[in-house]
Amino acid sequence: MWEGVFTTSVSRVWRERIKKYRLIGGYCVKCGKRFYPVRSFCPKCGSNKIKEIILPRKGRVISYTIIRTPPAEFKMYAPYIVAIVELEDGTRILAQLTDIPINEVKIGMQVEAVFRRYREQGEEGIIEYGIKFRPVL
Amino acid sequence: MRKVFVTGIGATSIGEHWDKSLRDLMIEAASRAIEDAGIQKNMIEAVFIGNMSSSILQGQEHLGSLFTTWFGIPGCAAFRSEAACASGGVAFHSAYLAVASGLYDCVIALGVEKMSDVTSRDLSSALIMADDQEYTAFVGATFVGLNALVYRTYMNKFNVKQEDIAFFSVHDHYYAINNPISQFKFEVSLEQVLTSPLIADPIRLLECAPTGDGAAALVLCSERKLKSIERREGIVEVLASSVATDILSLQDRDDITTLNATKVSMKSALRQAKIERKDIDVIELHDAFTILGVIHLEDMGFAKKGMGWRLVKEGEIALGGNIPTNLMGGLKAQGHPVGATGIYQIYDVILQLRNEAGRNQVDNAEIGLSQNVGGVGGTVTINIFKGVR
Repeated sequence: MWEGVFTTSVSRVWRERIKKYRLIGGYCVKCGKRFYPVRSFCPKCGSNKIKEIILPRKGRVISYTIIRTPPAEFKMYAPYIVAIVELEDGTRILAQLTDIPINEVKIGMQVEAVFRRYREQGEEGIIEYGIKFRPVL
Repeated sequence: MRKVFVTGIGATSIGEHWDKSLRDLMIEAASRAIEDAGIQKNMIEAVFIGNMSSSILQGQEHLGSLFTTWFGIPGCAAFRSEAACASGGVAFHSAYLAVASGLYDCVIALGVEKMSDVTSRDLSSALIMADDQEYTAFVGATFVGLNALVYRTYMNKFNVKQEDIAFFSVHDHYYAINNPISQFKFEVSLEQVLTSPLIADPIRLLECAPTGDGAAALVLCSERKLKSIERREGIVEVLASSVATDILSLQDRDDITTLNATKVSMKSALRQAKIERKDIDVIELHDAFTILGVIHLEDMGFAKKGMGWRLVKEGEIALGGNIPTNLMGGLKAQGHPVGATGIYQIYDVILQLRNEAGRNQVDNAEIGLSQNVGGVGGTVTINIFKGVR
């Protein structure tokens, strides 16, 4: 169990909940860039013509790594897989892969979103949830 | 803008300094720099400190006043810059601007990091703060892990083998042996690198810069001040100082095998210095991981994309090659006290331009370049120097 000054905040988790739980991304009408999560300005061209979109829940792994020396708050989960997943509409998201042995992950693997636990804010804090991806069932 | 000169350099050795505190390291480096410059400390008008994580690692903020107090120069202006591992480079840029602007005639740029005060897990939590806490640290990514994502994509895209990229570590260790301040004074073989423990697949332990403590300092002066100081040789002019940013997180970038901030910063630096790439005699680049060293050579324009590893394997970056690089051991073997690294790199370049690099000296080195990277390229600073006398 780990309690760090920068994670033990309920409000910090609460204010991100919609974007994290429902996968709310952005689409830049001006340059076509897609990104997660949604924000006011396109990170690529700076435009404010941003459409909020609920992202598709399926995609494929475009790069991955296996974390063997985790930060303190993820100690109990190591080794685990962190991947860049490209969703069906082209939006890229960084997430853990789950429900798969670490030696079976491959680039190009089809995956789907599931709601899972990420980290805990110690004995008196809350549990932080978010989206992980598992092989398509 | 006025001309700016580096007239003094000083550094602590890099390693696990159990007996020295954050402030001890700063004082030691600054004392050596002013002694080297031949100035009195009361001549210093401002101090620019690069540091990434003292708030997490030491519970210490307000490094400016902490430093001026313990160095005994109260009243002196002092600032702290933070841009993850590029904190040192950004502090140097601020110090350069301070003198170039005409406001100050004599300042110190100082980088410091003390990493051995916490466990490796807590250090891992601190380092990933270089990326987005809410959407990158949140998923359990580590800083090594982000570079591993780049590494795998690079190998896949350009069909390059790990053994070709990992050779960068062998290069760095070879040169660190002759560097009195380096953390590791031993060679490693390619086989040792490729069989060392996996940290974040495919990155292995001996492909990662180590953690360590250290501080380095530079004295910067205007041309006017130069006339009144004792030091008469080993003066280096700053030809260019540039800083560029890129989209913070890899998942938001179109191409993760290029650090666009390096390209932007390099273009600006060459324009400022009014030189061409081929005029550069010696380079210090930010190889926190072997793959980064290869990518930087490409992004700075010394090789085509996917071909940077050849420069390493074919000896082009070795002493005697066309683009001598990281000849004091690089981040991998000289060491990487994160917020101090940008200043250490400039220290190394200046040693070469002053003809003081000992057995690793490049013949007739006149122009040198340092490249310092924060995060996975979220910030890149490039500085170019020329020996003047």
